[in-house]
Amino acid sequence: MEKRGAQAPLIFAMNSTVKQSEITTKYHLPGDLAIWVFIFAELLVFGIFFLSYAFSRAGNVELFNEFQKTLDTASGAINTLLLITSSYFVVRAVTAIKSGDARRCVNWLAAALLGGGGFLVIKSMEFADKFSHGISLGTNTFFMFYLSMTFFHFMHVILGMIILAAVLIKTRSGGYSATEHTGVETGASYWHMVDLVWIVLFPLVYVIR
Amino acid sequence: MKYQSQSIAKLYFIAAIGLFVGQILFGVVMGLQYVMGDFLFPYIPFNVARMVHTNLLIVWLLFGFMGASYYLVPEEAERELYAPWLAKLMFWIFLVAGAATILGYLLVPYAELAKLTMNDLLPTMGREFLEQPTITKIGIVIVALSFLFNVGMTVLTGRKTVVTIVLLTGLTGLAVFFLFAFYNPVNIVLDKYFWWWVVHLWVEGVWELIMGAILAFVLIKITGVDREVIEKWLYIIIALTLISGIIGTGHHYFWIGAPGYWQWFGSIFSALEPIPFFVMTLFAFNMVNKRRREHPNKVATLWALGTAVMAFLGAGVWGFLHTLAPVNYYTHGTQITAAHGHMAFYGAYVMIVLTIISYSMPIMRGRTANGPKAQVMEMWSFWLMTVSMVFITLFLTGAGILQVYLQRYSDTPLGFMVVQDKIELFYWMREVSGVIFLIGLILYIMSFFVKHDDEVTA
Repeated sequence: MEKRGAQAPLIFAMNSTVKQSEITTKYHLPGDLAIWVFIFAELLVFGIFFLSYAFSRAGNVELFNEFQKTLDTASGAINTLLLITSSYFVVRAVTAIKSGDARRCVNWLAAALLGGGGFLVIKSMEFADKFSHGISLGTNTFFMFYLSMTFFHFMHVILGMIILAAVLIKTRSGGYSATEHTGVETGASYWHMVDLVWIVLFPLVYVIR
Repeated sequence: MKYQSQSIAKLYFIAAIGLFVGQILFGVVMGLQYVMGDFLFPYIPFNVARMVHTNLLIVWLLFGFMGASYYLVPEEAERELYAPWLAKLMFWIFLVAGAATILGYLLVPYAELAKLTMNDLLPTMGREFLEQPTITKIGIVIVALSFLFNVGMTVLTGRKTVVTIVLLTGLTGLAVFFLFAFYNPVNIVLDKYFWWWVVHLWVEGVWELIMGAILAFVLIKITGVDREVIEKWLYIIIALTLISGIIGTGHHYFWIGAPGYWQWFGSIFSALEPIPFFVMTLFAFNMVNKRRREHPNKVATLWALGTAVMAFLGAGVWGFLHTLAPVNYYTHGTQITAAHGHMAFYGAYVMIVLTIISYSMPIMRGRTANGPKAQVMEMWSFWLMTVSMVFITLFLTGAGILQVYLQRYSDTPLGFMVVQDKIELFYWMREVSGVIFLIGLILYIMSFFVKHDDEVTA
C-alpha cells in the first residue's frame, strides 16, 4: 500500500486566467488515495451518527439536557486538548521526514502516540465511572448515543494509534525519506480524521444545550 | 490452465449448474402456487417447494464458491492443489448429502424427516434456510473443514496474494459462522438473534469477501491491469464491507425483542451497506476501461460488469429501500423483502459464480474463450436472465408497495389473504418473468454445447 494511489498528483482545478508559470506549488493529495476513501467512509458514518443525535435530541430536549449535565466536561476538554496537540505533533513528524530527518520524525510520532495514549486513559476512566453507575446502552436514548458514539470514536483512536505505530516502526528502520514518505502522510491524514471527529463530537455531546 | 488440479473446478461447476436448474424449476412451481394455491398439492406443498428453492440456491452457490476456489487458488498460489483427491472425495460426499437432503424434503413429511434423522438428539431443524437435518449440517461442516484445509494448505505453502488471503478469510468466516446453525436456544429471541449470525453475516459479510476476491481475480485475468491497483481496490471494498456489514446485522434486530438501540445501530450501519457495492461497480468499470489487453472472452467481461451493477442494485439499492427502522416498521416481511432477496442473490452471488464459470470453463475445456456463436448465445442468456430478474424484482416491489399500503398503512387495513387476492396480477406477471428466466437458463446451458470452432479464437 506504499505506492501512491493517485498515479499523478491530484491537481486542483486552476483558474484559467492563472498562467502555468505562476503556479509554484502543485497541490497533491497527502497520503495514499485509499486512506482518503476510508476517511470519507468513516466521516460519513460519524456524520450520520451526529445527524441522528441531533434529530433524536430535537424530539427529546429535556431528557438530553438532563443527562448531558452528568457528563464530565473537564475530562472531555482535556481530551480535546490532547488530541489537538497530538495532531500538531504528527504535522511536525511529516515536516521532519520531508526534510529528511527520520530521527526527529520518529520522536514526533512517539509524542503523538503519547497524546493518543493519554486520551485513552482519560476516556477509560470516564467509561469506568459511567459503568459503575450502572449506565448502559439501554439506559436511555441519550446514553445510547453517548456510549456508542464515544466508544466508536475510542476504537478509532486505537486504530489510529496502531497506524501511527506502524509508521513509526517503518520510519525508524529507514523506510521513509525526504522523497518517499507517503506512508507518513497517510498515517497523519487518518490521525487528523480521528481528531476532527472528536472536535465535533465533544461540543455536540458534552457542551451544546 | 496452468495447473492440472484446477480442473477439479469443472466437477463443482457442473453440479452447481445442475442444482441451479432445480432451484429455478421449483421457483417457477412456487410462483404458480402463489396464484393457484393447490397446484401440485399434495405432492409438492408450497412450504416444501420454498425450502427446496432456497436450500438448492445456497447449496449450488457453495458448489460455485468451492469450484471457484479450486480454480483460482492453484493459479494464484502457483502450485498444484494440496490434495486433489480430497477435493474430489468431498465433491461426491457433498453432492450425495445434498441430493439425499432434497429428496428427504420431497419424499417424507418434514416432521417425519426430523424423526428419521434423530433431530431430537441435537435439535437444529425447523428454522428458515437452516432446515437441513442435523446429520446434513454435520456433513456440511466436515465438507467445509476439509475444503478449508485443502485450500488453506495450498495458499499457505504457495505464493500468497491479496486475492487468496481475502478469499480464505471469507471462506473461513463462512465455515465459522455456520457453526451457529447448531446453536438452538429455547428462547425464541436468542434463537432469532443468533440465527442471523449465520444468515446475515454470511450474505452481508463474509460472502462479500468471497465475491470481491473472485471478481478481483477475473478482472486481473481479463483486463491485464496491474495486480497492485486491483488489490488496493479490493482492500477498500472489504474494509467498507466489514465496517457497514457487521454492525449492520442490527437491521434484523428491530422487532424480534432485541434491545431498542439496535434500531439506531441497524439503521445507521446498514444504510452504509450499499457503499461497498457501489465501489465494486466503480472498480469493475474502471478496471475494464483501463484494460491493457483485449481478452477474447467478451462474455466473461459482461458477467463481471453485470454482477457489479446488479449486486449494487439488488443488494445495495433494494436493501436500502427498507432498511431504515421507521420504514421497515411497515415493510417488514412483505413482498418488498422478497423483491430485495431475489435481486440481491442473483446480482451478487449467482452472477459472480456465473462470471468465474464463464471465464474458467472454456480454459478448462482447452481454449482461451468460446467461439463467437457460443459467446453470443451466452450473452443472450445473460440478458434474458438479468432483465427477467429485474422484472421479477419490479413486480414484487409493486406487489410489496400495494401490500404495505392495503394491509398496514391505510386507514382501513385489510386482512392478509384479502390483500393477496388484490395483488394477484403482480404475481402473475412475476410468474411470466420467472418462465423467461428459465428460458434464459436453458439457453445458458445450451451455450456449453455449441460446437467449438478453433479458428475463431486462435
